[in-house]
Amino acid sequence: MNELPQQLVNGLLLGSMYGLVAIGYTMVYGIVQLINFAHGEIFMTGAFGALTIYLYVLPDGTSMAIALPLMLIGAVLVAVTVAVGAERFAYRPLRNAPRLAPLITAIGLSLALQQAVWAWYPGATSALVFPQIAGGPFEIGGVTIQTGDVFLLVAAPISMAVLAYFVMKTRTGRGMQATAQDPDTAKLMGVNTDRIIVIAFALGATFAAVGGVAYGLKYGQIDFRMGFLLGLKAFTAAVLGGIGNIYGAMIGGVVLGVAETLATAYIADIPGMDQFGSNAWADVWAFVLLILVLLFRPQGLLGERVADRA
Amino acid sequence: MPRKGLIVRQRSLIAITAALAAGALTLTACGSRDDSAGSDSEGSGGGTTVVIGVDAPLTGDLSALGLGIKNSVDLAAKTANKEKTVEGVTFKVEALDDQAQPSSGQQNATKLVADKDVLGVVGPLNSSVAESMQKVFDDAKLVEVSPANTNPALTQGTDWQKTKTRPYKSYFRTATTDAIQGPFAAQYVYNDAKKKKVFVIDDKKTYGAGLAATFTEEFKKLGGKIAGTEHINPDTKDFSAVATKVKNSGADVVYYGGEYPQAGPLSKQIKAAGAKIPVVGGDGIYSADFIKLAGASGTGDLATSVGAPVEELPSAKEFVANYKAAGYKEAFEAYGGYSYDSAWAIIEAVKKVVEDNNGKLPSDARAKVTAAMQNVSFDGVTGKVSFDEYGDATNKQLTVYSVEKGAWKAVKSGTYTG
Repeated sequence: MNELPQQLVNGLLLGSMYGLVAIGYTMVYGIVQLINFAHGEIFMTGAFGALTIYLYVLPDGTSMAIALPLMLIGAVLVAVTVAVGAERFAYRPLRNAPRLAPLITAIGLSLALQQAVWAWYPGATSALVFPQIAGGPFEIGGVTIQTGDVFLLVAAPISMAVLAYFVMKTRTGRGMQATAQDPDTAKLMGVNTDRIIVIAFALGATFAAVGGVAYGLKYGQIDFRMGFLLGLKAFTAAVLGGIGNIYGAMIGGVVLGVAETLATAYIADIPGMDQFGSNAWADVWAFVLLILVLLFRPQGLLGERVADRA
Repeated sequence: MPRKGLIVRQRSLIAITAALAAGALTLTACGSRDDSAGSDSEGSGGGTTVVIGVDAPLTGDLSALGLGIKNSVDLAAKTANKEKTVEGVTFKVEALDDQAQPSSGQQNATKLVADKDVLGVVGPLNSSVAESMQKVFDDAKLVEVSPANTNPALTQGTDWQKTKTRPYKSYFRTATTDAIQGPFAAQYVYNDAKKKKVFVIDDKKTYGAGLAATFTEEFKKLGGKIAGTEHINPDTKDFSAVATKVKNSGADVVYYGGEYPQAGPLSKQIKAAGAKIPVVGGDGIYSADFIKLAGASGTGDLATSVGAPVEELPSAKEFVANYKAAGYKEAFEAYGGYSYDSAWAIIEAVKKVVEDNNGKLPSDARAKVTAAMQNVSFDGVTGKVSFDEYGDATNKQLTVYSVEKGAWKAVKSGTYTG
């Protein structure tokens, strides 16, 4: 039986999730040249926001058809609040400081957010069960798709389309492009750059929150550390696709996800590579791919077409 | 701004970022959380205070098991104080959190060694953590009794399959080893469950890989086929690629060497991928949390665990009742009975040492307790507790459990005979 289509779909799903989170890294970088390392934790707080709505706001046994949209709203609210708060109180005071300062702040914030959830969210010291969409998996052309994955399959392309429309067509989106190109000139042209920066953080957090809900639905559990490794992977995806480029983030995510999945599935079949093929080595191959891409295309896969900014 | 400059600047930023990311990785790995202070045990036998150290994961994925260990040791100390088991000695418990990390375990070991009142330590949960602690304890001649380590190499040396040599004289355990557990599971799967094609997965940790290896060996010997092998990364939750491989391998059973935080999602994803076959694991997946994480599709999954079911043993009735009466928040889980027996073994050893020294603690109490441990023998929660020449439990009973209606049900108890 040919398992390639199934493995490609597995990779696409994993990659879409990386992509959703990577957008946040790339947008913030495109505008303020800051790698927001706390972004993985914003993704995590989004997932906990959704769970909070389900556990503590909605009555028990609410059907997922009603609960899911409300959980999404909860996730976005929490993630955006955290992101905007981080921007206002952690990053804005450091806007004109040397670059290393906000970067270190971001790492500190990342640890602080993890520990805050660990310490204060009831039961978060171990993994928490996330509600699932009812119904078994279904098959399309020999490929099994889980009900929990349908959300991701639908949400990722929609999010991407909405973002592209927003950046290209709306006034605020153009303001974003202008700020990315040259913040000083944009300011002279009447763009409120402070507002644009807040919007960039909020938008990134929104997509991360969608990703957080998708993670919960896909794996059925969330924990306070879930954003750490996924955040690193999403950052990798953003660099792979060309940091600063929003399409690059999505494409980088998918490339990374598919590469990891195919490495798990097929490298062991290459003669002599037996011990390097397992899932335990998937991360190694993902980073080998990153190094290769950066060696030959330092600007990332899509880096050149749109300069290095959004 | 010239493009070249931009790219160079961007590259250096990425380099710095990558270095910082690596730094952050290490930082979170060893960031120590506040150590739960030892709970003061009630009652007093007056005079000397002896501290029993506990090292287990009290936070994080494996905390369900770890807290069960801590509570059970606490119960043993309280019982000893109430019954004045050792005249003139009050037992206290000092519990440290190792987060299932070998580096934290070693720090904790150093900390416990530094406290002169500590005369014995119960723990750790993970075999990989034990590896990092053994030498620290052995150098200090401080006795360590693990309720849960099952890796054979800990007591019988790394070459245990050929020549057994005991590496550390201060290390004992009340749990059976994987040298018995893996084959026991293989026999059940092949002979009783009638599954002939197995897909073996492990997490590459000391415990998981060791268990998977002993299982595989026995399963092949019995005539079973290995449909495939795979190793997973315990840090991820995405096992879809592995699940697809399992489905296409045509295996009728999966054996997983590892622990429940990964086993739960793994079982769920294997079944979701369309392979309706049971997942079998060792004592590391025998936890209520496995069922929580595996969801409804976990029904029919199997686990072996050391000893007979604590709930059904006549010798354990008192323990179960006392544990309930003490009102601990967390369940005693898989290792509760063994932890109680481990702590009690230390108490017995201390008693022997104190009695031999006219009711006082000698100045070289640690070495004396370690020596006394070798000959400890009493009827504990899990049956007769005593140790062989390697420090292994002489009680080699195991039980197969299966998930039914959202709970673990004992299916078959027995002892492995080669």
